Amino acid sequence: MSIRTDNQPAETAVRTPVPAGPPRRMSRFSWVDAAVAAAVLVLLYVVLRVGHGTTVAFNTHQNVHIDTDPARLPYDAARSLLRMFAALALSIMFTFVYAYAAAKSRRLERILIPALDILQSVPVLGFLTVAVTGFIALFPGSMLGLEFASIFAIFTSQAWNMTFGFYYSLTSLPRELDELSRSFGFTRWMRFWKVEVPAGMIGLVWNGMMSFGGGWFFLVASEAISVNNQQYALPGVGSYAGAAITDGDLGKVGWAILTMAVMVIGVNFLFWRPLTAWAEKFKNEQSEASEVQRSVVLDFLRRSHWPQLLGPVLRPVGRGLSAAGRVLGRDDRPLAVDHSRQRTGDFVFAVIAGGLILWGLADLGDYLYDRTGLGVFGEPLLLGLATLARVLVLVALATVIWVPIGVKIGFSPRLTRIAQPVVQVLASFPANFLFPLAVWFFLRTGLSINIGGTLLMALGAQWYILFNTIAGAMAIPSDLREAMDDLGVTGWQRWKRLIIPGIFPSYVTGGITASGGAWNASIVSEVVTFGGTTLTATGLGAYIAKATESGDYPHLIAGVAVMSVYVVALNRLLWRRLYRLAEARYSL
Amino acid sequence: MVLNTLRNLRADRAARAGLAHLTAERSRPADGELLLETVGLTKSYAGADGELPVLSGIDLQVRAGEVVALLGKSGSGKSTLLRCMAGLLPVSSGTVTYKDTPLTGANPGTAMVFQTFALLPWLTVQQNVELGLEAKGVPAAERADAARHAIDLIGLDGFESAYPKELSGGMRQRVGFARALVVEPDVLMMDEPFSALDVLTAENLRGELMELWESGQFPTRAIVLVTHNIEEAVLMADRIIVLGARPYGTIREVFEVGLDRPRDRNSAAFEDLIDRVYRTMTGRHKEGRTPGRTEGVELEKRTAANTPLPQASVDGLSGLAEMIAHHDGRADLADLADDLGLEIDDILPLVDALDLLGFAAVHGDDLLLTDTGTEFAGADVQKSKTIFAEAAVLVPLVKLITSSLRQNPDATLRAGFFRDVLAHHFTSEQVTRQLETATDWGRYAELYSYDAEPQEYRLDRDDNGSGRRE
Repeated sequence: MSIRTDNQPAETAVRTPVPAGPPRRMSRFSWVDAAVAAAVLVLLYVVLRVGHGTTVAFNTHQNVHIDTDPARLPYDAARSLLRMFAALALSIMFTFVYAYAAAKSRRLERILIPALDILQSVPVLGFLTVAVTGFIALFPGSMLGLEFASIFAIFTSQAWNMTFGFYYSLTSLPRELDELSRSFGFTRWMRFWKVEVPAGMIGLVWNGMMSFGGGWFFLVASEAISVNNQQYALPGVGSYAGAAITDGDLGKVGWAILTMAVMVIGVNFLFWRPLTAWAEKFKNEQSEASEVQRSVVLDFLRRSHWPQLLGPVLRPVGRGLSAAGRVLGRDDRPLAVDHSRQRTGDFVFAVIAGGLILWGLADLGDYLYDRTGLGVFGEPLLLGLATLARVLVLVALATVIWVPIGVKIGFSPRLTRIAQPVVQVLASFPANFLFPLAVWFFLRTGLSINIGGTLLMALGAQWYILFNTIAGAMAIPSDLREAMDDLGVTGWQRWKRLIIPGIFPSYVTGGITASGGAWNASIVSEVVTFGGTTLTATGLGAYIAKATESGDYPHLIAGVAVMSVYVVALNRLLWRRLYRLAEARYSL
Repeated sequence: MVLNTLRNLRADRAARAGLAHLTAERSRPADGELLLETVGLTKSYAGADGELPVLSGIDLQVRAGEVVALLGKSGSGKSTLLRCMAGLLPVSSGTVTYKDTPLTGANPGTAMVFQTFALLPWLTVQQNVELGLEAKGVPAAERADAARHAIDLIGLDGFESAYPKELSGGMRQRVGFARALVVEPDVLMMDEPFSALDVLTAENLRGELMELWESGQFPTRAIVLVTHNIEEAVLMADRIIVLGARPYGTIREVFEVGLDRPRDRNSAAFEDLIDRVYRTMTGRHKEGRTPGRTEGVELEKRTAANTPLPQASVDGLSGLAEMIAHHDGRADLADLADDLGLEIDDILPLVDALDLLGFAAVHGDDLLLTDTGTEFAGADVQKSKTIFAEAAVLVPLVKLITSSLRQNPDATLRAGFFRDVLAHHFTSEQVTRQLETATDWGRYAELYSYDAEPQEYRLDRDDNGSGRRE
């Protein structure tokens, strides 16, 4: 059981079939990381500048009124689903290209992988603005721009994990499979589709499922958004809920929640379950596994005749593609390497990449200096402490509450069977959907949003801790528990000697995910609205949300950059240390 | 017993089928043609001090019509050599040629059979066998036919639509053979193809493969077999190339096997050849011929660099010592390995360890317990710890760690320190293995302890090894 990196969806590491990789290059924060962080910042700045420059010409005022008749919900749900799957398709394509490039090119790898590490620490919601303005500029006067912006937002929540997982499976391909491919003269195309993709399939499917679960949150957040003092809305469940919230109509909010629940469970049942069951055949083990994923839907499909009917139609297509793929060449590595040429190439590559980053950085500094001065970073740094406190309290609270419960469930196979799918759905359910109910509760009880904000952030994040604790408890061998019973080890001593060390690796995975999720959630939880009331907490999330709404780009850049720094710092100073400890000492 | 019966049965069957007689008449085309050649092949990996050689000065020829076995202990570089010849690994110097053309990439004239089978679990047997033809761009119908033919030949008919995980180990390796044979390579490369199988299955498959080779239906012109099993090499090969392990792989000796097939294991010639190969493998009969080898290093000249620790646990070596003690302090190595159901690969590190500790010495084919060794084997736990400590502290790496710790004021040192010292002479994998053994020995001897979390060695305060327990 292991984790990959920062915001790993917990379950990937938990459900055991996933070959989740060890944390490669986890240890030191090298200059590469710094350079790449700068490069990413520059890239976003460029997108933003371009987007900003073109929005001026954008003068079509979309009508943001959403019809809140519950009869429209199925249509809205379909639109939302379409967006989710478009984002998934995009993520898969991105995964293939990015991971392949990083795995095959030594030079690109040095930039792409640290960049990915940074990207997944960046609070995605902070860039919704950038995406919206940019895409609207690309498709002036059309809903397509908004549509793409929403898809892009969901994509950014899915792609990084999937890419990391696939990159890892590419680089850790069993040696004999690599030799098989080269010894038998496979074409590159064959190696990719017959060896590399199948070898990474289980990870791809499980990572995809978990990322998809996380994507609902971003769907809801991105369908109705106000950027630069202008309201944008797309037909969808999220915007429906948004409209219902603005109206303060709890009944309609209830309908939206119900629709959401049906969608989450339905997609799980009809799509992901069958897919995970199907992926069993890619398990690279030499014997039949004792515990396999099953799916009623897949059994049903397998019993149908579609596979036989489609086979003869699709096979020639596959053959044609395979023949066409021959142009990509053979999978072979030249035995002789020209070292001096290689060094020259490295040098040229480093100079060009470094030059571009420096140039952009200088321009960014100029930009910020002109508008606000570099003191713009001061305020978010301070506010970040407030949000940091919330994140830490949240993790501590969730730990105290859910770990004992999770252990209880994990030790009982019967409870586990019932609880695991439920928790999985709860973790996928977009917590921001429930915010209006929470606000209503805060208003009734007079609870401060400064405290309540923590609860809102916990709404989504806590499940990762519960889920992973269950998995960790399940993984403790029963003979160890019997030995403890035999020796009469009970109470605190049992926790100290068996349970805590046993669940520790899984718990750390859950903690990393929960903390990453909480930072992201802070952007939508520190400012909440219900009906005519808006509650604002003191914190970095609220700062970013405000900057987004008013289109204040310098402050937005500063806020997002500072939050990224906080996320990275917390991960490196706390979670990775715990992770290393877990790996060295407590792996069962 | 069972084995012999099986063997005889097969020999009968082969004789009746007349397969054995076919060979002589139906010689393969262009027999004796030079297919593969290595000249001055050297292979080394990067170490702290530059390159660390694993193979050196390998001159080797593989001709059409012959089965060549590369035989050696683990670490002798035999698999590396096979991969260099297959064009999967670059050589550091020297050349590998296939039909007089130097290799620039994967060797077009070879196909591999892997120790771990390397079947794609997501493809059926048929699809797995077709892979090589698909790579060559053979049309679908044609390659299905060829694959079916190969499947028949190797005795897999009926299994075409099965997935590898439904098959037993033996059947899986048959898929491995069929997949390699279907592309009709000039040279079949086999990397310990039977060592992941149980004894009976391996025996059966070996026999069938050689029958096929003899029958003239075999679609390849030569075989290169990597193995650590002496009997397997003598049973199958026309030529046995014994690779020596230390300090790096060199060709120690070449044996021509002039025996007729199917070979009778009970014949005197067979047993004699086994003994000769065995003596070469254990390296005892030509003591000191190759300077720099461990066996040749005199006691006072031993250093951690020229005397690596064999990978032997304290439990294992004391177990072996006790076994020899039961045999009145003298045991034939081959018999001993046989009795234990082990390969020499498993037992040699233990023998080396006993030798290094001065508990035993090798004379000819026999392992003899020394006086200290006899005392060690008969002692109770505390006593044996004391004896072990006295012997272990003279072993170079253990000595190095102990004395370094003693010189250090706070008596602790990071493992990285020793790692760096050893990195000048060994690959990082070897370093890890040696430090593991040194840790095990040192802990048992209560010379020093090792803390895995800060990765630190610490001197045991009471370091005379006498009866201190936790």
